[in-house]
Amino acid sequence: MSVAKINQLFSGELKVLNLGLEEFSASLQREGAEALQVDWKPPAGGDRHMVQLLERVESNSALKRDQANDQAVERLMKSKPTLIDIGIACDVVPGMHKKLVLHSGPPVTWDKMAGPVRGAVIGGLIYEGLAKGPTEAEELAASGDIEYAPCHHHDAVGPMAGIMTSSMPVWIMKNETFGNTAYCTLNEGLGKVLRYGANSDDVIKRLKWMGDVLSPVLKQALEMHGPIDMKNLIAQVLQMGDEGHNRNRAGTSLLIREMAPYLVMLDRSKQELSEVLKFMHTNDHFFLNLTMPACKAAVDAARNIDGSSMIVAMARNGTDFGIRVSGLGDQWFTGPASRVDGLYLPGYSEADAARDVGDSVITETGGIGGFAMAAAPAIVKFVGGTPQDALNFTRRMYDITLRENDTYQIPALDFRGTPTGIDLFKIIETGVLPAINTGIAHKDPGVGMVGAGLVKPPVKCFHDAFEAYAERYGTKP
Amino acid sequence: MKRIIVRKDAYYDSVFLMLINQDVKKTDNISEAVVAMGTDMNRDLLKGMNMSNADVESATANDLIVALEGETEDALNQAETAVYSLLKKKSRTSEQAFRPASLAAAVEVLPEANLALLSIPGAFVAREARKALERGLHVMVFSDNVPLEDEIRLKKMAREKGLLFMGPDCGTAIINGKPLAFANVINRGPIGIVAASGSGLQELSCSIDKAGSGITQAIGTGGRDVKQEVGGISMLMGIEALAADAETTVISLISKPPAETVVDSAIEALKQSGKPAVVHFIGARRRQDEGRIRFAPSLEDCASIAVELAGGRKHNPTEFALSDDEIAGIVATESASFGRKQKYLRGLFCGGTLAEEALLVMQEALNGVYSNVHPDEGYRLADPTVSREHTIIDLGDDTFTVGRPHPMIDVSIRNEQLEKELRSGDMALLLLDFVLGYGAHRDPAGAMVDAITAARKAAADDGGYLAVIASVSGTDGDPQSLTTQRRTLQEVGCVVMPSNVQAARLALKIMQRVR
Repeated sequence: MSVAKINQLFSGELKVLNLGLEEFSASLQREGAEALQVDWKPPAGGDRHMVQLLERVESNSALKRDQANDQAVERLMKSKPTLIDIGIACDVVPGMHKKLVLHSGPPVTWDKMAGPVRGAVIGGLIYEGLAKGPTEAEELAASGDIEYAPCHHHDAVGPMAGIMTSSMPVWIMKNETFGNTAYCTLNEGLGKVLRYGANSDDVIKRLKWMGDVLSPVLKQALEMHGPIDMKNLIAQVLQMGDEGHNRNRAGTSLLIREMAPYLVMLDRSKQELSEVLKFMHTNDHFFLNLTMPACKAAVDAARNIDGSSMIVAMARNGTDFGIRVSGLGDQWFTGPASRVDGLYLPGYSEADAARDVGDSVITETGGIGGFAMAAAPAIVKFVGGTPQDALNFTRRMYDITLRENDTYQIPALDFRGTPTGIDLFKIIETGVLPAINTGIAHKDPGVGMVGAGLVKPPVKCFHDAFEAYAERYGTKP
Repeated sequence: MKRIIVRKDAYYDSVFLMLINQDVKKTDNISEAVVAMGTDMNRDLLKGMNMSNADVESATANDLIVALEGETEDALNQAETAVYSLLKKKSRTSEQAFRPASLAAAVEVLPEANLALLSIPGAFVAREARKALERGLHVMVFSDNVPLEDEIRLKKMAREKGLLFMGPDCGTAIINGKPLAFANVINRGPIGIVAASGSGLQELSCSIDKAGSGITQAIGTGGRDVKQEVGGISMLMGIEALAADAETTVISLISKPPAETVVDSAIEALKQSGKPAVVHFIGARRRQDEGRIRFAPSLEDCASIAVELAGGRKHNPTEFALSDDEIAGIVATESASFGRKQKYLRGLFCGGTLAEEALLVMQEALNGVYSNVHPDEGYRLADPTVSREHTIIDLGDDTFTVGRPHPMIDVSIRNEQLEKELRSGDMALLLLDFVLGYGAHRDPAGAMVDAITAARKAAADDGGYLAVIASVSGTDGDPQSLTTQRRTLQEVGCVVMPSNVQAARLALKIMQRVR
């Protein structure tokens, strides 16, 4: 037994960290000692069982969680998502075929699908020519002839219903650092659109136009332009008031700026080119379908790292909210999708809202979106608050993330990097849930977007995931 | 009429909330007020009080519950406003400086920190203490209700790392002259203290200060450290550190009677230290001196011997600081006018060790004194709030502190008990301790003088006389000032003795005059 360290304490200056009664800090300070008051709260919101799981994980000395998480978050940040091309889903998306319908979120069967997702599936089947109208499409959808799978299982992501079928054009986003690729459909615009479950003739007509005109035109222009470094572009839009999830106005504008010089060079009618530019211009969310696969490509590089508690996917299908954890392989952990707390478009209210849906929460997983709320004061009204609230939203997320981003920065926080790499362990320990910005779909198929706001994910999926993490990586109880 | 409000994700410290409770209950026309976090225990409590609803039932330990019952809507409004303004007081102070949210984050803000002081709910102590030790911090745990297995595990870990672990249930310590939790402002000097008793440490260090000497360090170990199962890990490390400390020339060790094996190793460690030492095991038979190790019969004697060993004032082994004549005079005056029914002594104590010390002085001479801390079950009070013949009550007992701060902070606990004693009508003498210093009530004497005056008046109205004997553990350096507190008590007719043991001895002499 050596007491040398105690004698060091006696000969040095007392410097205290005080957890609990503030008065003790005050007394020490009054007597001239340095004392730092810690804003302590019970871990895991006082949930004894979760605290036990935390202890089991912490007491496994063989587990190198910090190193595993370092590796995961470094891979996420070293990723260089680059927009390289537009292709047709069945040609480029792995495993895609005529009778496969990809949807957002964790796996879900037809009978459990939410209204907007069903509506979008019906629209997708009509678009593919597999059914003549909605009734036929609905029968086919329920027949068992159609295969359903999450976009996430096919290197893809999709906003809201996230429906992708075989002949849809898709953005191709390559991670230049690690070689993996992510895919996403092109954004259809606002209002009555497939991703909100609309499937009327004009919706199908627009999708056809996107396949026949929009995507070939953009593909050609992109070929002339060459690959676009998305990481660089996202870094710019964060400094222009976007957060890459609920606000994409700057990103959409920048994309138009990148493409315009090449669009005008194409051997296409003025009419067509004008339609393409106008389509992008009138849809502030056009860029969302680029931030999403960019984040997907980056986060995918951090999957399957043994021991890592970093979250590598969050996604909802309108029925369930699901997450995946790097060190827990392909398994989804789910909880019931929540209602969104937000602002409604005129004429709509909470009673019209579908539950939380879409893969767009990949942006938060990748360190932007709600986590970069401080960069987008213009949309704080969605969270019912002031610019100060937006700053606090982001600040709070540092409590549950592994690093500050080395590229994505927030001017209002003195160019601090965005909170990046969500750590399941920290979520459990602090009880702080990820802040997610999102749009709100109408609960009935075909109506479209009714609002936007902030959603709290269900705590259950994090608890279940941590249960599995502790089972795999913790000491035995 | 009732009002129940649940505020999500609004965590406040429980002791802070208890103080708010106290204030809110004083609001006019409010019969019940509970401001508490939604822990399992609090939710059950509210249910039992019929103050629960669905919101309360689904509340978590991070949610604040405000439950009020009052006669009018106005009263409820007033109470609710009061709660919020009291809560805000806290949040405003918390805006002054940056507050890291966890120990890990705090270490990043203050990397040169060397000690973590924990006063959080006992169930969470093990986790935070372990994290502190892992980061090389010495630890003091003020909290109680820490499982014994956790204490053993943490102390073994601390020993392995060579770190000091004070507590759990360690109410006081002084490191490098700085007060930790409840502690007095004591002169620096050559005496090092290791104590397994909080109020014992306060009385000892104050007595050393009064005797004109001072201390190097005062290390608290927590009462359970001296149990066989823990093996005195903190006590032994404390002794060894003081042995190696060049500033410390005398070591003073106090504790409730430790397990025999712990006594043996502590005495061995003191021998090994090569320094003179003085030991007092509170409530145990006084041992024979062994070489350089002296044994003291009381906390005050322990202080006095330590001062002598350190080359200060010579130890005077008499019972009282005052002359025999002066004592005889006081005894005569105080015992002259008791009424026929007034037969018993009632000691109402804030300091547990002080209660035990007083008990020991009187137990045999008064043919038995009842107490909630009596070692002999035959004399243990069935209900700690109900006195029986001669009685000494430790008001720090859990019975008195459920949902309330310790009586050193919440003086109303003792005032309420005094009212009870008065109603019994058989009290002749009231024996009190007052503990000053950081952490304690800002004016403990002042907060009790009205109750003392009322009690003395009631006795006089009944044709009798109530003797009130008190002692004050404190120094003039304390925020409350020893001199001021003593004067406040003397002004209402209390006899204020220089130490707890002298107060007990005087009380005994007076009681021996009662027929």
